[in-house]
Amino acid sequence: MHLKRPAAGRSRPLRSLLAVDFDLSDEQAAIQRLARDFAQGEVRPVAEELDREKRFPYELVKQMGELGLMGIPYPESYGGGGADTLSYALVVEELARVDSSVGITLAAHTSLGTWPIYAFGDESQKAEWMPGLCAGETLGAFGLTEPEAGSDAANVRTRARLEDGEWVIDGAKQFITNSGTDISGFVAITARTGEGEISNIIVPNGTPGYAVGQAYRKMGWNASDTRPLSFDGARVPEENLLGPRGMGFKQFMQTLDGGRISVSAMGVGLAQGALDEALAYARERQAFGKSISKFQAIQAKLADISTEIAAARLLTYKAAKEKDEGRNFSLTAAQAKLKTGRLAVRAAEEAVQIHGGYGYIEEYPVCRFYRDAKILTIGEGTDEVQQMVIARALGA
Amino acid sequence: MKICVLVKEVPDAAVEKRIDQSSKRIDRSGEKNLNPFDTHAIEAAMQVKEGGVVDVEEVVAVTMGPESAFRALHKAVSLGADRSIHLTDDALAGSDCCATGYALAKILEEESPDLVLLGQQSDDGECYTMGAIVADHLRMPSLTQVIKMDVEEGKLRCERQAEYGYDTVEIQLPAVISVGDAINEPRYPSLKAIMGAKKKQLDTKGIADAGIEADRVGEGGSRTSVLSINPPPAKQAGEIIEDEDTNETVGKIVSWLEERKLLA
Repeated sequence: MHLKRPAAGRSRPLRSLLAVDFDLSDEQAAIQRLARDFAQGEVRPVAEELDREKRFPYELVKQMGELGLMGIPYPESYGGGGADTLSYALVVEELARVDSSVGITLAAHTSLGTWPIYAFGDESQKAEWMPGLCAGETLGAFGLTEPEAGSDAANVRTRARLEDGEWVIDGAKQFITNSGTDISGFVAITARTGEGEISNIIVPNGTPGYAVGQAYRKMGWNASDTRPLSFDGARVPEENLLGPRGMGFKQFMQTLDGGRISVSAMGVGLAQGALDEALAYARERQAFGKSISKFQAIQAKLADISTEIAAARLLTYKAAKEKDEGRNFSLTAAQAKLKTGRLAVRAAEEAVQIHGGYGYIEEYPVCRFYRDAKILTIGEGTDEVQQMVIARALGA
Repeated sequence: MKICVLVKEVPDAAVEKRIDQSSKRIDRSGEKNLNPFDTHAIEAAMQVKEGGVVDVEEVVAVTMGPESAFRALHKAVSLGADRSIHLTDDALAGSDCCATGYALAKILEEESPDLVLLGQQSDDGECYTMGAIVADHLRMPSLTQVIKMDVEEGKLRCERQAEYGYDTVEIQLPAVISVGDAINEPRYPSLKAIMGAKKKQLDTKGIADAGIEADRVGEGGSRTSVLSINPPPAKQAGEIIEDEDTNETVGKIVSWLEERKLLA
């Protein structure tokens, strides 16, 4: 018997083992503080009401835009914040710690709505859209998922054909975040533009033939905007092609990779928020003559969740740092997404359990956290898809 | 007009306060933040600057503290201050309130501001006296616990929180004003301002630069000595009156209040 030698070039460079720094920079810490104060001061007081009334948080989006939080990782020349991906992830985490609907509104806008324009748009497309996107005055949406194509993006059915200098689009998209608000500016879609050819096209809201459907009745994320879209002979100018023709599949896979970092930050944030609530409740709630936080059964839950959060947070920050350093971050982002989604579900469940009957009524935030958590093992690629991505990267 | 704002880096409000028995000081390790009361002082300065009644040339944030305290200054400039001064020196460690006030006054003397603003208390030491000490050294009039401040040419009209109600006081500039947290709602620093904070001028000074006499600061230069330090006594458990008969319950509450002479 002999051991299989590792394939050439697969071993990691030693440098990556040495360059470990667990401290945030002063700016990152200040941005984290800003997001924490904003989430506690502005989001927390209205989160329950927004969820109950299924109301989109226009006022908060406006405030976040004014504070420069709607375009954090984009260059200042486009009106962005000029900060790094880790700073952006920290903000998403702090928002989701208090309210996932607000968190995903910012995260989907930044990673899915704005990113494709920034990364693949030509200068005139960027000039047209980036300033409004970064200011939070316009929301961008990302139209990939279809009734029969989600992560299996190659199975896309929506078609676009060129006719007299215009793309004529027919098809349908579903589960599209930020597509139907009063300030939604466009959806960037994947469409079949030829045999075996997928391209991205920008479709502005208000285009005749492009209809935004009724908002879904969801389990959670109630204050975020999620809708089905339909295209019935919708016509947009030929120059609305985003990136080179035929590159749509690759471009959207890249977009999803980045989105996984922010969705991981949502999972870390939600889990932390659930722990915050559970700890506060356990310290306050008395049973058998003492705080329930003094019972080993409760302590074990709190200790386990806090440990899991610490580990998941490091994985998420590592993915963000890899992206900032221009390294391949697909594997780490998929691992972070897999880890954090499951953790969020578990943390929310334990937090409800610790609250007992009170966890099952909407007066306590953990009830909302429980409903908001489940989507994190599904959206931005299901757990099963992350496992596929991870296994492929392992060479399995 | 020139405004100086005194700021301090303190342990974050979310960190449980601990006492370090060996040094007889508050344990200041762990996460830190700009003293929340000082954010109200900065906001007050910004409102004077943006109010348009007087022309404010600059707002300068000043702190005395260890090396890490520059972060409080970064936060201060991200909230709108134009530049900042960091007084830091090993010789200053262990200064009591009077020694700290003397050292800060030496920095302020050099700046000769028309108005000095500060939070009425720090979140850690909570001495409440820094404004008065600084004012005494600067020979300026001083008001504490100010919750409303209107600026006019050469003077201020302030409301200060008194034990019962409010005092309305007119005060000539230059003056030292310590503010309460009811004075305003501080703004959030924008991301852009956070990213730009490092680019604003920050002068770091030692005691020699500011003409501070070494024997008047630090542990040796402080005239107070701490004999012991203890946490405040825990709150007594309250009394719960079960409401069986409401008339009876009201009677019980009234007699409880009367016993303590709380009814006029």
